Amino acid sequence: MKNMLVVTSGIVAMILSTATLAGPREDLLAQYAAAAKATGFSAARGQALHTQSFSGGKPDTPSCTTCHGKDTRGAGRALTGKTIEPVAASVTPTRYTDPAKVEKWFKRNCAEVLGRECTPQEKGDWLTFVIGQ
Amino acid sequence: MRIPYRPLAIGLVTLAFSALVLARAQAGDRHFFAPVADPVVKEECGSCHLAFAPSMLPARSWQRMMGELDNHFGDNASLDAATTEKITSYLVANAGDAGGQRYSSKLLKGVAAGAAPQRITELPKWVSEHRKVPDWEWRHKEVRTKANCVACHTAAEQGSYDE
Ligand code: HEC
Ligand code: HEC
Ligand code: HEC
Repeated sequence: MKNMLVVTSGIVAMILSTATLAGPREDLLAQYAAAAKATGFSAARGQALHTQSFSGGKPDTPSCTTCHGKDTRGAGRALTGKTIEPVAASVTPTRYTDPAKVEKWFKRNCAEVLGRECTPQEKGDWLTFVIGQ
Repeated sequence: MRIPYRPLAIGLVTLAFSALVLARAQAGDRHFFAPVADPVVKEECGSCHLAFAPSMLPARSWQRMMGELDNHFGDNASLDAATTEKITSYLVANAGDAGGQRYSSKLLKGVAAGAAPQRITELPKWVSEHRKVPDWEWRHKEVRTKANCVACHTAAEQGSYDE
């Protein structure tokens, strides 16, 4: 009986912590918000960034969708043919939980596509978009 | 004190025997290139393409490549210094010319001593193994590039390059 209680409270604690306490994604968004002095992020702006064709980066990678695909819930493909797991957080739940990984790829991919770093506002918008997908 | 020669001898024989069996097992499959086992290398060198088997290039190739990650075949694949160092030592320790890896040295046949080739797909032996692959196959939309080994060698992630 005592065991049961411990187990149940453990489960309750787990549910609570994922539901109410800030996870790594929320922390990341909060950091970008602070850096951007943003009042909020917009999934619509994130989607526009995701699908827009830029000319500042490399000619063979004009858009995020070049590698990540048009469908956020479908797999993407790197230029080398390698499959990339979907960017939609609902399909690939492990995504955006490691801030160093997120920052590393924003740095690489924004340089590839836009020819510059993404601003904290752009990063927050894009994350808001894919987390909601 | 008496040294127990007998068990010692038996132990040595067993050891020699298992080494022999192991060598045979590896010799039996000359298409085998041990895949990357280190999770960090797999993550950092396996996200844009297959994490290429370290035994496919000599140590000096990896050393040069790891020193130029900011311009990696046109991509910026740079990493922080600690990760770079960790990956370099893994690749070098398991490189094709690191002791005892006979089968990959076959792939390195014809590579000039001291050369540091950066592409597996430009090794003389790789080129000759693939000379019969027709042009249209390389351009097939599922292949895209010679570096996409998995498109044709479906078990490349497991280290097998059998057809
Ligand atoms: C040249 C191909 C390519 C392009 C173009 C590209 N990406 Fe990526 N992206 C990748 C690869 C490869 C990964 C790492 C593999 C993975 O996470 O599945 C990745 C991962 C990411 C990650 C990290 C995901 C995580 O799980 O933490 C983010 C964030 C990201 N990309 C954002 C973008 C944005 C924003 C754009 C457009 C500005 C973009 N990418 C364009 C190839 C690309
Ligand atoms: C940001 C993406 C990216 C990352 C990360 C990356 N690479 Fe590459 N790599 C490439 C591209 C692009 C090519 C060229 C592929 C082609 O020619 O089609 C390449 C080619 C190679 C080749 C030559 C393939 C051939 O043609 O024989 C080797 C070897 C290689 N990479 C090793 C590594 C190692 C080791 C790492 C980890 C330190 C790494 N790569 C990380 C993008 C990447
Ligand atoms: C377009 C398809 C294709 C691609 C892409 C490809 N290969 Fe191959 N590979 C072949 C064919 C076909 C053979 C010949 C098999 C034979 O003759 O038995 C072969 C043979 C080989 C062999 C010799 C195996 C043996 O039978 O002795 C090795 C090793 C090998 N490939 C490695 C690679 C590596 C590493 C890559 C990626 C860098 C790669 N291949 C990419 C089609 C391909």
